[in-house]
Amino acid sequence: MKKDIILCGVGGDGIVSVAKIISDAALNLGMYVKQSEIHGMSQRGGSVFSHLRISSDPIFADVIPEGKADIILSSEPMEALRYLPFLAPEGWVITNSDPFINIKNYPEIEKINAELKKLKHCVSFNANEIAKQLHARGNMVLLGAAAPYLEIEFAELEKAIQSIFGRKGEEVVNTNIAAIRAGRDAK
Amino acid sequence: MSKLLLLGDEAIAQAFIDAGGSAINSYPGTPSTQITEYVIKSKEAKEKGVVANWCANEKTALEASIGVAYTGKRAMTCMKHVGLNVCGDPFMNAAIIGTKGVLIVVADDPSMFSSQDEQDSRFYGHWAMIPMLEPSNQQEAYDMVFFGYELSEKLGTPVLYRIPTRLAHSRAGVERKPALPQNPITYPTDPKSFVLLPVNAKRLYRDLIDKQPAFTKASEESGYNKYIDGTDKKLGIITTGIAYNYLLENFAGGKCPYPVVKITQYPLPFNMLNKLYDECDEILVLEDGQPFVEEQIKGFLGKGKKVMGRLDETIRRDGELNAEKVAKALGLKVENGPAVPEVVTNRPPALCQGCPHVDSYEAVVEVMKKYEHGRVFGDIGCYTLGFNMGAINTTVCMGASITMAKGASEMGIFPSIAVIGDGTFGHSGMTGLLDCVNEKANVIVMILDNDITAMTGGQPSSANKKLHNICIGLGVDPAHIRTIEPLKKNHDEFVKILEEEIAYNGVSVIIPQRTCLVELKKHLKK
Repeated sequence: MKKDIILCGVGGDGIVSVAKIISDAALNLGMYVKQSEIHGMSQRGGSVFSHLRISSDPIFADVIPEGKADIILSSEPMEALRYLPFLAPEGWVITNSDPFINIKNYPEIEKINAELKKLKHCVSFNANEIAKQLHARGNMVLLGAAAPYLEIEFAELEKAIQSIFGRKGEEVVNTNIAAIRAGRDAK
Repeated sequence: MSKLLLLGDEAIAQAFIDAGGSAINSYPGTPSTQITEYVIKSKEAKEKGVVANWCANEKTALEASIGVAYTGKRAMTCMKHVGLNVCGDPFMNAAIIGTKGVLIVVADDPSMFSSQDEQDSRFYGHWAMIPMLEPSNQQEAYDMVFFGYELSEKLGTPVLYRIPTRLAHSRAGVERKPALPQNPITYPTDPKSFVLLPVNAKRLYRDLIDKQPAFTKASEESGYNKYIDGTDKKLGIITTGIAYNYLLENFAGGKCPYPVVKITQYPLPFNMLNKLYDECDEILVLEDGQPFVEEQIKGFLGKGKKVMGRLDETIRRDGELNAEKVAKALGLKVENGPAVPEVVTNRPPALCQGCPHVDSYEAVVEVMKKYEHGRVFGDIGCYTLGFNMGAINTTVCMGASITMAKGASEMGIFPSIAVIGDGTFGHSGMTGLLDCVNEKANVIVMILDNDITAMTGGQPSSANKKLHNICIGLGVDPAHIRTIEPLKKNHDEFVKILEEEIAYNGVSVIIPQRTCLVELKKHLKK
């Protein structure tokens, strides 16, 4: 089994923590993991991305070659489009539909949605709205929505959340687990 | 032992703790910051009494490491590539001394994700004539710290340890080794060895030259450089560091048909490269950085067999290496995904909402509207993003805001304003301010004080809470050291202060003081 996943969004939205949860689950299953992320200047409200590769065989490059990503998981609809050159022919785009507008020339959302509709496999939904009801973060809801495509048992993701957020207390763990369940059941 | 999921940076940090490291002294800089940060936060390091410090700059940090090495203990100093320029002096001279037990970890930033240039630190190591390590993955990054210390102590030399952004900031499973104890304190056996008087230095430089064959022999025999045979001798490939992964990525199961010399240790393994050159028709050099190996292989005249790489732009000379670039160099087909739709616009990094720098820049922009010929000289930090607000005219290197403002002011630029953060001021702004005071330069130095080194994630700023006294100590007239809280409601007062200080012919310092919001949030969470 091998999954190459591009996680993307806007600096500060916590997309890297999603990468950590998937990595942790994969490592627990004895898989190989490589996860590349960006620190420094680009973090400041700019476009950010992380490359996550999980595989039952050894992985070579830390970054996914263009045209090879099985999944693009995006916390923001325009950011999902930015990384399309990485998408494999049968790859899936799973994105939050709620735009994050911190630039003056943000395009009309209809135009972005039209581009998303052109894709062969795309799931676009408002993860922030679901998250708000649960007092959780949108990226966790997105992770839940991506779960069926990851080929990792859902319980393994819950276990990873337990181990990563455990020291922050039971409430944080439960909120995040509720969020990924809501994401899984959405659409 | 189970595997830990670690960034390349963190693998180096954990290995430093496990390999009996005694002290790590560094200055933060992307992509190297997470090494020292990991040791500072490590409970284990604390229990072992490991010293872990953020220093004022890379020079003070490396000199501290040379001091640690003087006691026979294992030291590490980490920095980003441009930091090596700042500590060029101790770096070159640590090599002459033959300082044992020192690893100098330098993280290069090909593609300039968070830097102002793409300089490749291996040229420095070559220049200083010391061994270098360039691991190809996170596990090697861990293992080679142990190896680096052995090498350093055995051969009597500091070791330059080079990683690029993609290794520094990429995670993978890493297996730990059993921990080693720290070295006991020992004094140098040769009392002259740390005294670089010309009479000693001449002998020590000769010693360094005489050590070169041993350095090369270590590169041939350590097992970290490998000759991997292949069936197709039309092409011989040399990879350095992580370039090896980009090569294997292009072949199913990583089975490359061409002979490969995989390099992770320098000086270059002469015998392995000779064999590759003799056996293959052409040579391709893959490096994540500048054409360091390629230049050495090719020679100035480029005679002999065809050597391809970045020099002949078989691979673009600028930008980081990746699997696609390697595929193209090998003549393999690259399958791109869909193009980026035209509707997508750039989302450049920007100062956070509510950032104190924004308020400072709004005052500067308003005042400077009146002075067509005035200029604002910027510096390195989050506030470099003020360029996007039209607030600054220059950014060159750490500390250059103050000294450039002085130089330009002396040529008649008025007003001449420097904008520097508190962290950068502590790093290399103070000496420049002293120059201004000594020459009575007509400049305004704005020290944007947000309490921390924000750009790299909130490390302590060396001049924190001392700025006012430092300026007085350097000789700035206390009447012209002004402090203000940069807030919307204080905008008019800020503008007034700027205008008053522009009217003053001499050195003024304005300190807008408000804590970084990201840092403030961190504290509120605690």
